[in-house]
Amino acid sequence: MNRLRNKRILARLRRFTRREAVPVARHGIASALHTVDQLAIGFLGRDFEERLARVPIEREDPEGTDPFGFDVDTAKYVAAVAAFFHRIYFRTDVFGIEQVPTGRVLLVSNHSGQLPIDGLLIGAAMFLDAEPPRFMRSMVEKWTQTLPFVGTLFQRAGQVVGVPENARRLLARDEAVLVFPEGSRGVSKPFAQRYQLQKFGLGFMRLALETDTPIVPVAVVGGEEQYINLGNSKTMARMLHMPVFPVIPQWLVPGGQLPLPTKVRIHFGAPLRFEGDADDEDGVIGAQVERVKSEIRRLLDEGLERREAVFR
Amino acid sequence: MGPVLITGICGRLGRALARRLHRETQVVGIDRRPFIGKPKDVVHHELDIRRKRAQDVFRTERPAAVVHLGVMHDPRASSAEHHSWNVSGFSKLLDYVAKYEVSKVVVLSSANVYGPRPDNPQFLEEDAPLLAGSNFSEMRDLVEVDMIAQSFFWKRPHTETVLLRPVHILGAVHNAPSNYLRRDVVPTVMGFDPMVQVIHQADVVEAIRQSLEPSVRGVYNLAGPPPAPVSRVIEVSGRGRLPLPHFAFRAALRRMWRWRATSFPAPELDFIRYVCMVDDARARDELGHSPRHDLEATVRAIDDYG
Repeated sequence: MNRLRNKRILARLRRFTRREAVPVARHGIASALHTVDQLAIGFLGRDFEERLARVPIEREDPEGTDPFGFDVDTAKYVAAVAAFFHRIYFRTDVFGIEQVPTGRVLLVSNHSGQLPIDGLLIGAAMFLDAEPPRFMRSMVEKWTQTLPFVGTLFQRAGQVVGVPENARRLLARDEAVLVFPEGSRGVSKPFAQRYQLQKFGLGFMRLALETDTPIVPVAVVGGEEQYINLGNSKTMARMLHMPVFPVIPQWLVPGGQLPLPTKVRIHFGAPLRFEGDADDEDGVIGAQVERVKSEIRRLLDEGLERREAVFR
Repeated sequence: MGPVLITGICGRLGRALARRLHRETQVVGIDRRPFIGKPKDVVHHELDIRRKRAQDVFRTERPAAVVHLGVMHDPRASSAEHHSWNVSGFSKLLDYVAKYEVSKVVVLSSANVYGPRPDNPQFLEEDAPLLAGSNFSEMRDLVEVDMIAQSFFWKRPHTETVLLRPVHILGAVHNAPSNYLRRDVVPTVMGFDPMVQVIHQADVVEAIRQSLEPSVRGVYNLAGPPPAPVSRVIEVSGRGRLPLPHFAFRAALRRMWRWRATSFPAPELDFIRYVCMVDDARARDELGHSPRHDLEATVRAIDDYG
């Protein structure tokens, strides 16, 4: 008798959950998301949504992602976060972005700071300041794919694993692709080495020659003062099996984990076109890479010269 | 055209191929299993290809083409038996092909031989290295079969060798991807949602038929509809999804494997963790491969299962 009543109560509870609680919760979540969307748009400026609608996106499955896993519905939120840092936190000034060609292009930039914030900001500039707005693609380290959530988020936001085949395919689709030829040598530099360009890889030049892609040199000023790295501890890195162990005192202060709100300036240079054999000797390719590097050097010096203060 | 000899004809894909071909040409089958629902004009030899009598089939039937579907991928089988079946059996078959001067061999390998890896290019081409064996010992035989077929291609220029590497085949077939999606609730690895490619079994059958055309030879990747994330494939299948943390999923799978409660070995989790996709431009250009089933039709096909 008792058991029967329990059963009935359970059945009623289950019916309530299925018919009332779950739909109400779903509705609640949906409307909360909507509110967040509205707030974000109000906060980031009216043009955010208008730009989002204008981004050209190629995908075969209208419900899904592009072949690289890029998904507009996720990228929208990443773009909103990037827009916050770009417009409000770092108050980025962008120069010369009108020179970026509309078709396929390789954006070649200096790499600075301790975290790849520069990549995020260049992406934000391509979306918020370029005409027409574009979703830039960049190449990420392959080990990011082994991290749960992070790897998936990167993919959905349009980042691809950094192998030449992928870059070739993206350029064939007329995308704007960002590369940091300094690679990880550029980030985690001690503060004393700020704005000193490290050794450039040659891969991007071979790619540009092979696919006949213009190269746009980019210089980011303001990235090196976001975290003050006093030096890299080799002993700690070896003990913790990390590639590098930067000593950053501000990370010990509460709130110091956020980058310092420096003023960031991004300078885009005039597109450079190169001709030659993609499989040429390193010496020949190296000379062409040197031209790009010196152009970035020039933009960087100009940017440093023109800025009056780090935070203003 | 002379008869087409199909090994592993009694599997679901083999039966579908036999039904597709038997009206156009004479079909001969070899399989150790009986052929249920065999069309009247198909000749079936119920025997093991490693047996001496398999040679008699070549001697009497004189096949013009051989389609090798009889690759075993049963992680439950002993590794010795698995290896002997796949590698010794296949080598014997190729010996007969050479001896009886069969002019065409079609081998059904798989895109899985490339192996899912975090550093894979998004789309692998036919000349990419076959690295699946580095993490999955069960896959080594399949990589070896692929390699043997490749060396046969070079050694025997008189025979047109076609090596097909289809992505995950979905349909009435009893293979790992179809069985995985047939569960009521499909477990996934939490935080991972790689892009995957699937292909309808009928589109694979069609590609095999296209490979039988004279003068077709070489290695071909086969893909179906445009790629989609695993989560989207599960959504289309109408199943629920249960994300599990990788360490827990792997530990559970290992334990279940030992208790014989699952047919999925733990290392194969990488197939729903990392990307392993192919570029099938070559098959589209040279073979005329054009899959007719879209994602929805391909994924739904797992429930046609009789």
